[in-house]
Amino acid sequence: MVLGINDPWIYGAYIGCILVTLLCVVYGIINWNKGGDDEEEQIKEEIEWHEKEKEMEEKELGLWDEYDE
Amino acid sequence: MNDLLILSIVVLIYLVLTGYVGYVAWRRTKTADDYLVAGRETHPFIMALSYGATFISTAAIVGFGGTAGVYGMGLLWLTFLNILVGIFIAFVFFGKRTRKMGHNLGALTFPEFLSRRFDSKFIQYFSGLVIFFGMTLYASVVLIGMARFAETTLSIDYNIALVVLAVIVALYVIFGGIRGVMYTDALQGTIMFVGMFILLVATYWMLGGVTDANQALTNLVNIVPAKATATATATGFTGWTSMPALGSPFWWTLVSTLILGVGIGVLSQPQLVVRFMTVKSNRELNRAVLVGGIFILLMTGTAFIVGALSNVYFYDTVGKLAIQVVNGNADSIIPAFITAAMPLWFAYIFMIALLSAAMSTLSAQVHTQGTALGRDIYETVTNKKGGASVMIARLGIAIAMIIAVIMGFILPANIIAVGTSMWFSITAAAFLSMYVFALFWKGCTKAGAISGLLVGTILSLFWLVFEYKKSAEALGIAKALTGQAVLTTSVPWPTVDPIVIALPVALVVTIVVSLLTKKPSKEHMEKCFKGV
Repeated sequence: MVLGINDPWIYGAYIGCILVTLLCVVYGIINWNKGGDDEEEQIKEEIEWHEKEKEMEEKELGLWDEYDE
Repeated sequence: MNDLLILSIVVLIYLVLTGYVGYVAWRRTKTADDYLVAGRETHPFIMALSYGATFISTAAIVGFGGTAGVYGMGLLWLTFLNILVGIFIAFVFFGKRTRKMGHNLGALTFPEFLSRRFDSKFIQYFSGLVIFFGMTLYASVVLIGMARFAETTLSIDYNIALVVLAVIVALYVIFGGIRGVMYTDALQGTIMFVGMFILLVATYWMLGGVTDANQALTNLVNIVPAKATATATATGFTGWTSMPALGSPFWWTLVSTLILGVGIGVLSQPQLVVRFMTVKSNRELNRAVLVGGIFILLMTGTAFIVGALSNVYFYDTVGKLAIQVVNGNADSIIPAFITAAMPLWFAYIFMIALLSAAMSTLSAQVHTQGTALGRDIYETVTNKKGGASVMIARLGIAIAMIIAVIMGFILPANIIAVGTSMWFSITAAAFLSMYVFALFWKGCTKAGAISGLLVGTILSLFWLVFEYKKSAEALGIAKALTGQAVLTTSVPWPTVDPIVIALPVALVVTIVVSLLTKKPSKEHMEKCFKGV
């Protein structure tokens, strides 16, 4: 009996949810500053991507019409 | 009528606030350049909350929460998978590669990503078609989730609620939300977070704490008259805090449809995959894992725990099980519980949380549907850019929205969780094998990818129409053609979800055909995997 639940498959899920969340938290903390080494280049790529997406939204979906000044 | 007036005012305030946040964000970040540069100082929770708010819709909260009232806490395995697969694996293993490869290929949509990776236009428009039609069903159940809440909690007519809410969402999507402003998504995510947090704490507090409340639920199966659970017990139900009998129909529905379908299917959700391409750097993804994990735990964990525990509350107060209180429609369990157990002010807050959940999900859906129709289908098939594409995309979005509302009128009760699962199953069967190999296996060929896509899609649709009881009965096509509701009635097949059949077959077909056909060129692979 754990947390008022008898079936190990259920309290396993209950505790498993908390543990896997902890995994996410620990991973996030450990890697908080990693993956940003070539950030300048990554951001450059991202800007190009966004410009292309914006172009698609304008030309193909007509979504930015309302915002044009 | 009074309720309706208060609700209108609350919703109006909320919409103005959302609009204001969107406007401020837009003013501040006029160009994509600004957006990204400014974004460097933004908290990573913007990305995580925005992803989470897109991922978690009213379907998850109302539909799956209500389903937990019937299936019990076994549904927590879905929360487990949502966090492990939907956040951890998706961000850490899929997100980073998708982002880099998507940029290498200059892909702007999920079908386009797959199409360029395997150098096949067919993949693009075929995937576009699957997304466009399949997503309409998902949009519909998201709307139903909100309308059921308005109906039960605020006594607004269901049909009126459906139309009014659809109009609100449509206006929001057309006049701003569609731009996918992460700030408004994040605001909506925050509202959802607060609403669900209050609900979880209040429910456990009301029922005497975590252990006592769970214990009461464990004991409940022995207290209620056997006839109350007779139908469920006959199919494998054993209680709300124990797994159903292994291999029983109840078990198959819980495990294959509700847990696996959505738990695994999330990896190939087109509107979520695109999010990975809008991330600034891997660092942002790393950080988002932290916030995302907590967010999903609180959203789905709360919904499933509260849904299951509502049985204890209703049995204590009115001597009935949750499903009896709502006359057999599990979609109304969460709304009924909030109406009965929580103060009225909370019902309004929760309505706003649900509206947030629906808006953030639907705006991403509509964007995906629009691009699927305009870019992936129309432009790919006709080889024309721009022009009529705008019209087609807009018209398509409008039609999809209208179909979604009409489906909201005619779909049966108990549909939200099953409808959501169907959509996740189809996308997983169609796209997942191809998507996994696109990222992780250079030996996967164009022919292999196309075969997997076709086999997965056709097999899952066939299964839904002819064998999977819930959908086959509702559609009636099997009955009309063969005289039988499903092709084989032997246990467990009518309760086995299409994903269990179609995904493994699609995987095997993709591998076998890839091994037999010509490998893609080295230059193309170098381009795809550059920096991955």
